[in-house]
Amino acid sequence: MATRIDVTGLTAYYGKFKAVADVNLTIEPKNVTAFIGPSGCGKSTVLRTLNRMHEVLPGARVEGKVLLDGEDLYGAGTDPVNVRRTVGMVFQRPNPFPTMSIYENVIAGLKLNGVRKKALLDERVEESLRGANLWEEVKDRLGRPGAGLSGGQQQRLCIARAIAVEPQVLLMDEPCSALDPISTLAIEDLITKLKSSFTIVIVTHNMQQASRVSDATAFFSLEKTGDPGRLVEFDKTSKIFSNPTEKRTEDYVSGRFG
Amino acid sequence: MSTATVSGPDIDSDPDRLRLRGQTLPRWAPLAVAAGAVVVSLLIYLLTPVDSEIQIVLMAALLFVIATTVVSTVVEGGRRARDRFATTLVYTAFLLAVIPLVAVLVSVISKGAGRLDAGFFTHSMNGIGARDVGGGIYHAIIGTVEQVLLASVLAVPFGLLVAIYLVEYGRGRISRVISFFVDVLTGLPSIIAGLFILAFWVLALDQGFSGFAGALALAVLMIPTVVRSAEEMLKLVPNELREAGYALGVPQWRTILRVVVPTALPGIVTGVMLAVARVAGETAPVLLTVFGTNLINSNPFSGEQSSLPLYIYSQAGQPQQFAVDRAWAAALVLIIIIMVLNLVARLFAGRNRLK
Repeated sequence: MATRIDVTGLTAYYGKFKAVADVNLTIEPKNVTAFIGPSGCGKSTVLRTLNRMHEVLPGARVEGKVLLDGEDLYGAGTDPVNVRRTVGMVFQRPNPFPTMSIYENVIAGLKLNGVRKKALLDERVEESLRGANLWEEVKDRLGRPGAGLSGGQQQRLCIARAIAVEPQVLLMDEPCSALDPISTLAIEDLITKLKSSFTIVIVTHNMQQASRVSDATAFFSLEKTGDPGRLVEFDKTSKIFSNPTEKRTEDYVSGRFG
Repeated sequence: MSTATVSGPDIDSDPDRLRLRGQTLPRWAPLAVAAGAVVVSLLIYLLTPVDSEIQIVLMAALLFVIATTVVSTVVEGGRRARDRFATTLVYTAFLLAVIPLVAVLVSVISKGAGRLDAGFFTHSMNGIGARDVGGGIYHAIIGTVEQVLLASVLAVPFGLLVAIYLVEYGRGRISRVISFFVDVLTGLPSIIAGLFILAFWVLALDQGFSGFAGALALAVLMIPTVVRSAEEMLKLVPNELREAGYALGVPQWRTILRVVVPTALPGIVTGVMLAVARVAGETAPVLLTVFGTNLINSNPFSGEQSSLPLYIYSQAGQPQQFAVDRAWAAALVLIIIIMVLNLVARLFAGRNRLK
């Protein structure tokens, strides 16, 4: 069910501005891969190219190849809508749909894509909420608005919503940066649990988090403001944090820069 | 709980003590000053040759602002006095702005309530001359309701689609051009809309006067209002919700239909209701396209109809008191209909916001 991602020669633009240049990396299935680096280095941009969310912004475009189990996401005839059904995403700020209840939020992806069977939907709601470690907290108030939950619960609701469409890959763009330490811990536990069924890519500013949850880490950086960001080093997390090859990686993970 | 007191220097006689408290006017002071201003203005009205009510009202307002500021300067000092000045100015402006509204309501109710009986709502003007007592607005209410409903059916979906295009899809020149023309249309005098439909639909296409022609003219007036208000509401929907939809593999059109529009719906409904209320009171375009009649015509697609504004216009133009009374009563009914529409819109918007 999980999928390998091969990125080759990826360059992303915002209009004329080149945000990231020439990224090459391979994301292993059923692994957690962390993207770290200073602000503006393009790690979120790379993440958004992995499910074609980058091009949603006006003027944004992508060059290079992203292969999902050998199939090119940017090949001719690839439908971005199908790509996003396969590669789910969780955003930095929890964004449950404000007009929908908890129940409706979880099945939003299914319902908006035409699934109508009540039994299947009920089953999927419980499954996804259990998967997101939220079921026990909300099972008695599934009809209440999703926006009424706490920030950490909202983020787990968004994760439940993302996994309810049964994607192969889950992208997380700084999923804990708006949360307190306890909710962060809950999400990190969840990531470790989800790893058994999904390929997970997470962008984080928190290096402890990267070292705690990820198997592989990619360090992005940029020379100076205005230059495109580049992938500096990509390796096993243990190697990146204990014995990195590049001097800049070592400076960054040891807190001397960035 | 006991409080320990440490004997220290006499605070009140200490010249260096902090002065956190200042002299303030009592809470009733502004009211007293306002009453004083009114009394002085009334005295001037009674004792001097000044006999214009408007001048007296303005004088009372001016006195109130000046006196409050002077008293406050003397007692409270400069900064508080400036605060009082701004506050009284705001209150006075509010009161002055409310006067016309209250005056309109009072005169319409006092002059119109007398004719509001069951017969007024259940009869048309068939066979009723200007000198006759009876007559009613049944045919006019039917006309107004049908025309406004038809205009909404034409304008609301159209306006909504334009707004969705402008906010969700529009890029570059086409959307700027559309946006510009919507602005132009917003400033279109209503009689021009009526003339356009008269020339195009009624005469050139030879469709004749009808309620539907009136609805067309009203729709022309409604569209820009609906577009503008819906556009503002759609812009308020956070982009994150759209991205959340796309990231679930939901196509853009479905995200708009099921996520973006429902989120903006309370505001859109309010905007639509305000547009409806506005065109319900239009006279000029209806005069040119519906023409008006004294008979009941419940088919909006053929033949002349009446409508409330048109009825008021024609009755108020008659010299006889019975006709003028009918006009006032119809005006009252029109105001009530529009007020109810506004209230319904506000209720709807308020209820949805709580979610």
